[in-house]
Amino acid sequence: MFKNFMNWIEYRMPFMEKMNLHVMQYPAPKNFNFWYFFGSLAMLVLVNQIVTGIWLTMNFEPSAERAFASVEYIMREVDYGWLLRYMHSTGASAFFVVVYLHMFRGMMYGSYQKPRELLWIFGMLIFLVLMAEAFMGYLLPWGQMSFWGAQVIISIFGVIPGIGDDLTLWIRGDYVISGATLNRFFALHVIALPLVLVILVFLHIIALHEVGSNNPDGIDVKVPNEGQKFENNVSDKFTFHEYFTKGGKKIIVDAIPFHPYYTVKDIVGVVGFLLIFCAVIFFAPEGGGFFLEPPNFEPANPMKTPDHIAPVWYFTPFYAILRAIPNDIAGAIGMFAAIIALALLPWLDRCKVRSVRYRSTLHKVNLVNFVISFVVLGVLGVLPATETYTWIARFASIFYFGHFVLLWWYSKNEKTKPLPVRLS
Amino acid sequence: MLKKLFTVLALVGSASVMAAGGNAVHLDKAPINLKDQASLQRGAKLFQNYCLGCHQMQYQRYSVTFRDLGIPDEVGMAELAFTANKVGDYIKNAAPKEDLARWFGAPPPDLTNVARVRGPDWIYTYLRTFYVDPTRPFGVNNEVFPLVGMPHVLQELQGIPTKVVETKMVDGVEHKETKFETDGSGELSTDEYDAAIGDLVNYLEYTGEPTKLESHSLGIKVMIFLVIFFIFAFLLKKEYWKDVH
Repeated sequence: MFKNFMNWIEYRMPFMEKMNLHVMQYPAPKNFNFWYFFGSLAMLVLVNQIVTGIWLTMNFEPSAERAFASVEYIMREVDYGWLLRYMHSTGASAFFVVVYLHMFRGMMYGSYQKPRELLWIFGMLIFLVLMAEAFMGYLLPWGQMSFWGAQVIISIFGVIPGIGDDLTLWIRGDYVISGATLNRFFALHVIALPLVLVILVFLHIIALHEVGSNNPDGIDVKVPNEGQKFENNVSDKFTFHEYFTKGGKKIIVDAIPFHPYYTVKDIVGVVGFLLIFCAVIFFAPEGGGFFLEPPNFEPANPMKTPDHIAPVWYFTPFYAILRAIPNDIAGAIGMFAAIIALALLPWLDRCKVRSVRYRSTLHKVNLVNFVISFVVLGVLGVLPATETYTWIARFASIFYFGHFVLLWWYSKNEKTKPLPVRLS
Repeated sequence: MLKKLFTVLALVGSASVMAAGGNAVHLDKAPINLKDQASLQRGAKLFQNYCLGCHQMQYQRYSVTFRDLGIPDEVGMAELAFTANKVGDYIKNAAPKEDLARWFGAPPPDLTNVARVRGPDWIYTYLRTFYVDPTRPFGVNNEVFPLVGMPHVLQELQGIPTKVVETKMVDGVEHKETKFETDGSGELSTDEYDAAIGDLVNYLEYTGEPTKLESHSLGIKVMIFLVIFFIFAFLLKKEYWKDVH
């Protein structure tokens, strides 16, 4: 009965065929480590944001008069409204945590290198849309930080010569941030951007499965079949989809089917993540004032500026670069360049060896330099811009961009270690 | 333009730090215990009697306060809800908002979330550090909120407080200690007054997040579940991966 039903479906839409291709018979390298949890975790958080977002929308009222009060209504009177809201607000920060770690994984193991350039570009587009999504979502509770944070970020667009003022007017839909801004941000936040995000994630995965997953050793697990033999090849035990073996033209080495091996492994990652995520949701939903900022418990007041305005923590590395550069236009360009530089990594890195494990000491140092300058910028972006901090931010910006310049320079003739033939 | 904005924000920021009492004064730790319903009830009563005249709690319903503090609706309506007709009403006052803003220089802020904006320690210290200052319109100033626009509403409880700065020599180093002493004309002793403010801040901490206790008790169950789930997930993974290793 069930089999007949499945056959009926299969004849009209190749459901099992696609499941085999992408899940049950997808060859994943057997040596994924801790860093490979963050892709599936990003998906989990995306689902969390969409589901909790739908339920929040049921009680949220997107108007300047009612937005703040309706959030308080959700927090106090809607059954488990507080839980939905904390899952959503903590989810926003968690999204950036896992995405930043996911991106750093790609940098460590050279996952952006040929042939995964397009995969990386889709990832960067996801990151960009995610930033827009988070920024617009942050205006919705209509608290003091929502209002003033948006004020600062929208004014960045005002520095563009000629069209700046008209552009900010166009973004706000008003001469100041008002209910009109809130309404359009709501529309973009709940439908337009999530739709784009889901499509991009779909493309990201399609592109991933086309070129195959990279791994901590950065060597290929699909090799041309030249009649060579691989001892103790775990892949021999499994059936992989014909699409990956190309009818025997490729041998799959040291890879295992995504399901069940990585599905059961990812469950461990998911539960580990949920332990931290739920600890924040239930016991520290403000995240020490970084996930929910204290001034945001006060309704937006255009007549009263909060003591200190800082964007939410996940924007602060880029915000620190903006503030560090003395000229407005140069500052805005610098900020966007910091993101573009990441997108250009597949072409800036000219080395043929992917993984940091087999690259030069200089590359390792340079990668550490990137992490330190990114974190330092992130911390400085939270703090008020005193003269000392501004100078530190300037140095950190130089080191940040220095990472990319250096990488481009030394990667051409980099002294790398010999690559292993098999995964370790 | 952007740099101008940063500069303006920095200036306004530092000005409002002054105005809003953001200067670095040592804050006393507020005695918060959300499980102490008697304390919360006393705090609610103080709020209704002394704060609600000017400040509102417009996001909190009486019914929610009564339910969470274990107050029967009839008792609550008779003892606490002077301005409300129905138990489902929000905790609001009938004060003329524009007049209030004119009298005090700024509209009295809503206090539903004040503990989440300021932190309970700030409120606990603020309400205990008013002192006589004849240069101010209402004759009082405040240690953590200099040039405060609010009069010392709790004077009938505390008495008239004065600020005393004592200079002590400790190990040859001068230490300045600021104390707030009352003339004893209030209804409460200093300890009783501190305890009363503790109750009030406890109540404000509750109204900032009425679901906190529920959140903690549900959170513990969720965490226990996850720990057990983690063990099984780990064992399942190990079992499957026997094929690979």
